[in-house]
Amino acid sequence: MRFPTAREREYLTDLVVVLTQKEIKLRYKNSWLGYLWSVANPLAFGVVYFVAFRVFMRLDIPQYPLFLLAGLFPWQWIANSTSAAPNLFLANTSLLKKVRFSRSILVAAAVLNDGVHFLCTIPVLVVFLLYYGLRPSWSWFIGIPVLVGAQLVLVFGLSVAIASLNLFFRDLERLTTLVVTFLFLLTPIVYSESMVPAHYRVLIYLNPAAPIVLSWRQLFLTGDLHWPTIAVGYLYAIVVCAIGTAVYAKLSWKFAEVV
Amino acid sequence: MIAIRFDHVSKSYPVYSQILTGLKASLLRPSETLRRFRKHRFTALNDVSFEVQCGESLGVIGANGSGKSTTLALVAGVLKAQAGVVEVRGRVCPLLELGAGFHPELTGRENVVLNGVLLGLTRREVLARLDEIVTFSELEAFLDQPLRTYSSGMMARLGFSVVAHLDPEILLIDEVLAVGDMRFQAKCLEKLDQFKKRRVTTVLVSHSLGEVRSFCERVIWLKDGKIAGDGEPNSVISRYEEAMALRPAGGDGSHVKS
Repeated sequence: MRFPTAREREYLTDLVVVLTQKEIKLRYKNSWLGYLWSVANPLAFGVVYFVAFRVFMRLDIPQYPLFLLAGLFPWQWIANSTSAAPNLFLANTSLLKKVRFSRSILVAAAVLNDGVHFLCTIPVLVVFLLYYGLRPSWSWFIGIPVLVGAQLVLVFGLSVAIASLNLFFRDLERLTTLVVTFLFLLTPIVYSESMVPAHYRVLIYLNPAAPIVLSWRQLFLTGDLHWPTIAVGYLYAIVVCAIGTAVYAKLSWKFAEVV
Repeated sequence: MIAIRFDHVSKSYPVYSQILTGLKASLLRPSETLRRFRKHRFTALNDVSFEVQCGESLGVIGANGSGKSTTLALVAGVLKAQAGVVEVRGRVCPLLELGAGFHPELTGRENVVLNGVLLGLTRREVLARLDEIVTFSELEAFLDQPLRTYSSGMMARLGFSVVAHLDPEILLIDEVLAVGDMRFQAKCLEKLDQFKKRRVTTVLVSHSLGEVRSFCERVIWLKDGKIAGDGEPNSVISRYEEAMALRPAGGDGSHVKS
């Protein structure tokens, strides 16, 4: 093990930056409505859940639209990245076959792109907060970086594992879609944690995405940071990332053979 | 000095069609899948040894499936050999096929930066060479247009121009030696000649025997993963041509051993 030289560090940073910029540019390139589109999707789902759960099923949660979006926006980051992951390497076949570069950077760039995208949706939450007579808290300045960190690590770990494995088992893509939907319904996003019967509540914490999403919602709605929950979120993130990078390390030198 | 050394290198691929049939089969019968996975291997290179000196321009010829691209991929470092040692000294630059690593929605300029960074330069290094690259490509007027508006020839010119300014120490070329119209092709060949004069090691894989003959100082002929000939271009190529002529003519695929 040796330390990377200054040039190697600069190169790696550049690779991440250039690839992330590419993703972001592509997202907003062709439509001046780009930003609106990126917010429209979770908003549209928000409206549907509102109608289904509040209007029809009379779910009794105060400020339900705000409550919903405060969980949906961070969830969207996890969902977008993991559903795009299966095709990340497949979309770059010719590069993988010819050029030697750190392929996990492709994953990092995609995850960062979705992260930036999520940060761009926060102003929408502020609008909703203000509408309900609430105000963003100063604790956001600590909370947002802390939670972004945990979520980056978690989503990168998930994505890099899915992207690598999908080269060898191509039907993993379908499985991913299914699992993401399951996890969405098992994470308290459209309902609150307290609605889950007490003896099932521990199950929520078996879901690696739940602690982070719950922390986001709490931060957005109340400005509070519940550090034990955040710690569990970090623990999950680190474990998932360790597994993900191990899978990647084991498989990456075979990528050029299978794409 | 030696730039590339293959020491008894073998490379075989599992026949992935087996495992790609899916998760279901491999989950239901893991042991059988693993066994098949190990047994059915396609040998691309079989105990191949050669050395390429610094500054040498080597041509690699052979029928489809004889191991040419595997050789290139091993030099590029994207594959690992099963057995033997591959040693490469120097910065390797592959000349990518048309538009690999390019994105149609980005502008020419953005693509140059993206491509340059993917091929191993830092952003500063690419930007420092941007003018040179663009001047060489003669695409100044289109630089800020999205790549999808380029013709395929223009795209290839841009791609070649990036690689031509990477300062490669070892240049890998798969089939495409020169791109664009006749005039630009001449320019490409001139650039490659400059590389040759600067003693850049070049490995050219090609079916175009004329190009190999005129460009390379030495030729390796691969046949079924083994070296069937290695030496002075004219003699190796004529032996290869003789051997190919003995086979049934193309079109009657049923008798051709793949």
